[in-house]
Amino acid sequence: MLISTLMFGLVLGGTYALVALGLSMQYGISRIMNLAHGEFMIAAAFCAYVLFDFAGLSPLVTLLIAPLIGFGLSWLIYTVMMHPLVKRAANRGQLEADSILATFGLLFILQGIMLVVFGSDFTSYSYLNIPIDIFGVTIAVSRVVAFGLSLFLGLVLYVLITRSRWGATLRAVALSPASAPLVGIQVDKVARQAFAIGGALAASGGVLVSMFVTFSATGGVVFTMKALIVVIMGGVGNLLGALIAGLALGVIETFVTSYFDPGLSLASTYLLFIIVLLWRPQGLFGSVRS
Amino acid sequence: MTALLKLADVSKRFDGLVAVNQMKFDIKKGEIVGLLGPNGSGKTTLINLISGALSPSQGSICINGKNIAGKRADQIARAGVARTFQLVRILPSMTVLENARVPAAFGAKAHRGSEIDRIALTHLKKVGLGDKADMMPGELTYIDQKRLELARALAAEPEVLLLDEWLAGLNPSELQDGIALIKELQSTGLTILLVEHIMEAVRALCPRCVVMNAGTLIADGPTNEVLANPDVVAAYLGDEYDA
Amino acid sequence: MTRTVLFAIAILAGLAILALAPAFLGEYGLGFMVSLMSYVTLATAWAMFSGPTRYISLATVAFFGIGAYTVAVFNETLPYPFVLIVAISIGALLATFVGFATLRLAGVYFVIFSFGLAELVRQLITWFEVNITGTLGRYIFLPFETRHIYWQLLALAAVTIGIGFWIRQTRLGLALKVIGDDELVAAHSGIALARTKVLLFVLSASLMTLAGAIQSPRWVYIEPAIVFNPTISFLTVIMALLGGATRLWGPALGVIPLMILFEWLSASFPDHFSIFLGAMFILIVFLLPKGVLSAVETRLARLKREANA
Repeated sequence: MLISTLMFGLVLGGTYALVALGLSMQYGISRIMNLAHGEFMIAAAFCAYVLFDFAGLSPLVTLLIAPLIGFGLSWLIYTVMMHPLVKRAANRGQLEADSILATFGLLFILQGIMLVVFGSDFTSYSYLNIPIDIFGVTIAVSRVVAFGLSLFLGLVLYVLITRSRWGATLRAVALSPASAPLVGIQVDKVARQAFAIGGALAASGGVLVSMFVTFSATGGVVFTMKALIVVIMGGVGNLLGALIAGLALGVIETFVTSYFDPGLSLASTYLLFIIVLLWRPQGLFGSVRS
Repeated sequence: MTALLKLADVSKRFDGLVAVNQMKFDIKKGEIVGLLGPNGSGKTTLINLISGALSPSQGSICINGKNIAGKRADQIARAGVARTFQLVRILPSMTVLENARVPAAFGAKAHRGSEIDRIALTHLKKVGLGDKADMMPGELTYIDQKRLELARALAAEPEVLLLDEWLAGLNPSELQDGIALIKELQSTGLTILLVEHIMEAVRALCPRCVVMNAGTLIADGPTNEVLANPDVVAAYLGDEYDA
Repeated sequence: MTRTVLFAIAILAGLAILALAPAFLGEYGLGFMVSLMSYVTLATAWAMFSGPTRYISLATVAFFGIGAYTVAVFNETLPYPFVLIVAISIGALLATFVGFATLRLAGVYFVIFSFGLAELVRQLITWFEVNITGTLGRYIFLPFETRHIYWQLLALAAVTIGIGFWIRQTRLGLALKVIGDDELVAAHSGIALARTKVLLFVLSASLMTLAGAIQSPRWVYIEPAIVFNPTISFLTVIMALLGGATRLWGPALGVIPLMILFEWLSASFPDHFSIFLGAMFILIVFLLPKGVLSAVETRLARLKREANA
């Protein structure tokens, strides 16, 4: 029971981490607090569902398509909606307030469209729902695959950002958008890339989560909330921190729902959040600086 | 006579970087001291530590014998420390008079009612903005915005005034006006610590200077001696040493 | 002086006319007016805190719901005025805690926290009722007709606007204006940032709690999912922003057109409601970032300048 809870928790946490990485890119580098992040995820989940149920396409194929759409759409949204706000904002506080309100609007529009198309019922499909035995725990293959892919994508991104030249420009913008242009970095371009990658990560997370969780058109908000908490817990801009915090959150939540009450899952997340805020507001693993 | 402002062993570390390293000096009441050093030597960080914008990693900062190190900026402001900013910070949505009313209402004395207006106007007049009290600060010229920032610091009726490159960016005639204004403030008995790059102003205003390099104190003494000190010259060489 | 007197007379006359509304309106019209007064209170109280600090609070319904639910729990055991006092105390206590946990930090922590606060409170109450008391869903038996609730809410709305007016005259109001302009200058001028923000947040939350408490008898039957409806938070934000969150009368002004619009939308396009809501948010951010009142004033000032030139 203990080990199975831990494993189910890690699987859930893997997708949390991936989605949180996306949010961390968008907030840490593009400076946009995207409250519609979870809606991108849910949209990708629906995408996987439609392609699987009606076209017989494996979610693993969708995992190649949806992130591209997520990337393109986020690119467009940044260019059309966010860039004017960035240009207009006199300071960081104003941009934060404006972006929160604008993406809040985006949240409702996306949610509204999905409600009209899919209705408000919970949806799921059955893919690779074959039980296998790992460490004496019976777990569906779909979960194991999703977990493996989440970790893989997360680590690829981590390595790209910490090891490549392109990653260095991203980190420079995250540290100091004011001085990055001095060394020849086009902040605007980097911000747009980071925002688009964030959208791609949300879409990947959505496809992966749809393989083993039931979802609904209104479910994005809760994912956004959890992703936000993971970002804060891991330290804003700290990708490895977000990865670890995401896994931790998944595990804790699974423990609470299986040992206490499924109705308290959000409450447990919040309790964790409050403890972090009071104890280490810079995040468990520090900010991007260190 | 005891020191009004006393720094002992003050250090500030940012992650690995030591920005201010065991700074130590005293300022007596009524003294005006120049804080010098090349760019990046930690002068503004030190101002931020004294005024509470940052809290020191170690050491003590005492005003009249009371340690204020690590206290919040508003507590330090109420303890009698006022400052200006390297880049002018005015309150854009409030009139010139309202800008000056703020510290009169919330500073050490926490004045009430009509007394707030009186104090604010007195200090606006002192810096030469008496007739512009009802304007919006955005309509002021650069030097007048700097004057307003000074008036706002003065309206707090501080024990110590910290000026962070207040004279920077002024043209030659404005500079003379600015120097005269600070001299006048000093004659009223105000204690001033002044970060400045313009040596002409430092020589004219400060009988004594403290010099920092790479976060460390490298000289403290009469201005002429300090500026002739080989360490100081070496630190400044290639920088904006134009004395 | 005469202008102030005239203004006071105009406000009293307006209040008197509004107080007579039940005599002219039918049940539907009066129900609309109840919601209107409730939203005037919520939007004004929201702007009281979020206007100057720019911290976008999405927690309105957390406090509103606590007010309503407190009445549901205590309406049979305590006299009505005491129930209201208990409600305010709980709301204020929660606001103090949330404020001290989040308002010392950057604004975004507060926004994130407020984002899920209502859902958190709803989950906790539901869990408590199901597991401890075993009563999910409660009845409110109070001898109030719609008009009684309307009058109470009218008084609360007036008091809320009155408090907003009063704050602007006090040191607290000056402190807030400075914080809104530049927090660093505020701190270095001797303003205690966290304490000022928490104080205001608690005040704003108390008024929201009271609005929920007073409106609750309208439902008769209450369960957490009904009173913690997140749409209330979103509507409050958008109403306050439309009118202008930094103006005293802005939020109240934003309530009226949006109430009418949303009433029509939810009747004619029930499925597309959230798309419209989203579009409104985006439109306001782009077209009216400071609200209608400011936009009108800027336009008038420009016209005046052109006329003089």
